[in-house]
Amino acid sequence: MAQMTMIQAITHALDLELARDEKVLVFGEDVGNNGGVFRATEGLQKKYGEERVFDTPLAESGIIGLANGLAIQGFRPVPEIQFFGFVFEAFDQIASQIARLRYRSGGRYYAPITIRSPFGGGVRTPELHSDSLEGLFLQTPGVKVVIPSTPYDAKGLLLSAIRDNDPVIFLEHMRLYRSFRQEVPEEEYTIPLGQANVVREGKDVTIVTYGAMVGVSQKAADAWAKDKGLEAEVIDLRTISPIDIDTIAASVKKTGRAIVVQEAQRSAGVGAEVIAQINEHAIYHLEAPVLRVTPPDTVYPFGMIEDEWLPTQQSVIAALNKVMSL
Amino acid sequence: MSKTVSEHTVPYVQVLDENGNVTDNELLPNLTDDQLRELMKRMVFTRILDQRAIKLTRQGRLGFYAPVSGQEASMIGSEFATEKEDFVVPGYRDLPQSLYHGYPLYKLFLYSRGHQEGGRVPEDVNVIMPQIIIGAQIVQTAGIALGFKLKGEKRVAITYTGDGGTSQGDFYEGMNFAGAFQAPAVFFVQNNQYAISVPREKQTAAETLAQKAIAAGIPGVQVDGMDILGVYAATKQAVDRARAGEGPTMIEAVTFRYGPHTMSGDDPTRYRTKETEATWEKRDPLVRFRSYLQAKGLWTDDEEQQFIEEAKDTINDALKQADAAEKMTIEGLIDVMFEEPTATLKRQRAEITGEGAN
Repeated sequence: MAQMTMIQAITHALDLELARDEKVLVFGEDVGNNGGVFRATEGLQKKYGEERVFDTPLAESGIIGLANGLAIQGFRPVPEIQFFGFVFEAFDQIASQIARLRYRSGGRYYAPITIRSPFGGGVRTPELHSDSLEGLFLQTPGVKVVIPSTPYDAKGLLLSAIRDNDPVIFLEHMRLYRSFRQEVPEEEYTIPLGQANVVREGKDVTIVTYGAMVGVSQKAADAWAKDKGLEAEVIDLRTISPIDIDTIAASVKKTGRAIVVQEAQRSAGVGAEVIAQINEHAIYHLEAPVLRVTPPDTVYPFGMIEDEWLPTQQSVIAALNKVMSL
Repeated sequence: MSKTVSEHTVPYVQVLDENGNVTDNELLPNLTDDQLRELMKRMVFTRILDQRAIKLTRQGRLGFYAPVSGQEASMIGSEFATEKEDFVVPGYRDLPQSLYHGYPLYKLFLYSRGHQEGGRVPEDVNVIMPQIIIGAQIVQTAGIALGFKLKGEKRVAITYTGDGGTSQGDFYEGMNFAGAFQAPAVFFVQNNQYAISVPREKQTAAETLAQKAIAAGIPGVQVDGMDILGVYAATKQAVDRARAGEGPTMIEAVTFRYGPHTMSGDDPTRYRTKETEATWEKRDPLVRFRSYLQAKGLWTDDEEQQFIEEAKDTINDALKQADAAEKMTIEGLIDVMFEEPTATLKRQRAEITGEGAN
């Protein structure tokens, strides 16, 4: 066991997979000699050579198109999009191409591609670096979307993502890269995609969340318990597409109340999907409507007002109080 | 102040003129009599297939179809320069190249109708189903070609787009990536003068499309796309170059489609004059190559008639095979989304079949 930050756990996972499977290729802008803009691929080119870990020209559509072609030739590409705000450049190659490859070829071709990309607010980035765009891919049949919140989960989920024979978008929250260390086993282990994790047990309200909002929700739940003597159960989705409704429904059936906490703007995102699925699977157990804690439907804020825009412990507590009063 | 970075010329390749006379003996490809006859047979078949497909579309027996008459030399000649292990990445009009690279005709008909089996290319055939998103195939081809290079295989990827497609970002990105990686790719542009109704002049102020290769730092060649020997010679050179590890090439074939853009309601009389069409009809690739072969005593009208009859039979057989395809089901569509259906899809499948739904 070793104490690792999330970024170290990610590098470690890439290292293990590059060693295990010679078809694994890591490429993107500055991921080679430079080791990535966040050091996620530090040392990997030196260890595995320029044919396995390499830089590309600066063009996101080209990068994912390259991954598509390499997948058709039997490789297992792990491309990087430097910041997920740049995904629009590659939208066709993700949503129209790799997500549909298995389907449109009747299973003849498939795309075992893992797209790694940093995102997430709270670190004062310039425009279009921090945006939470995961919701766009809930609507994209054929891709899975994974968002880890801890070093332990990041490693296990990334190993699963790379080994998955279909496309996975693996989103790494920048604020979580180095915010804390955790015990991460040196050996291989996987965490199944599509499986949520109950990170705090409780009987009064269910909080469904993911990414950096997991930590915020846990702290809010602890403070709330201390203040009100009520226990919130916190579920870290870990995979936001497909959503693990079984874990959510079991919790809601126990608590009878739920809120969803997300960093993305309100409309048509993960929260909306979670609530729709709770309605389908557990509505008769609800004591109150399911509430959403989210920023408003504006463009991602300017750096100087970021902290006010993003959901906080206080806004989660306010929602917990509200849902208990309904 | 100015800096001369390099001098560029765009080679223009033509082997046969409009009357079937050899204009460039040096480039005349070294093909056997059988190969020459095979090229003509394929062009005849493709012309018949096109005529038949247009009728079948009108009868509702085919779905989406993009006519190819006029482009036979460009399509057949370029594919003929590849080997079976090379990979063809077609656009939506490139059915003949796919066919001659091994894509079964009945599957192409199923693709046209919108049947899942249409995209399931046999395991030993190095083609992928036609690409609808113009330009997407160009970046993918860079990846396929890089795959060959990384595996140390002496194989080449060839892809096709039209004149309009050269305006896409992916067209530039794909060529530029292949150039940067020195990947074994051939980018074949079929300049048929119009992107639906928009003439080539409205796509770009560039004098040729072939010169767009300069931006990627790779060779660009313009070829008479109505001359099958010229197309073959230019493509063979590019394929050989790629196979030898010398990197990608872009080829612009100057050609024409006699029919509409697709059979989905396009009316070329709205944007083309009769004079333009007449000019291009004089350049018909079949007429020119027929004259060449007849002068060499390799082709007769009787034989051609016989091949036409054979073509009709082949097409009818493929249609029967397409008709026999199993009806698709929604469960079948769900099952091919992922290697293993997700829990969400399993639930949705159960809702449809009524098995264990909740």
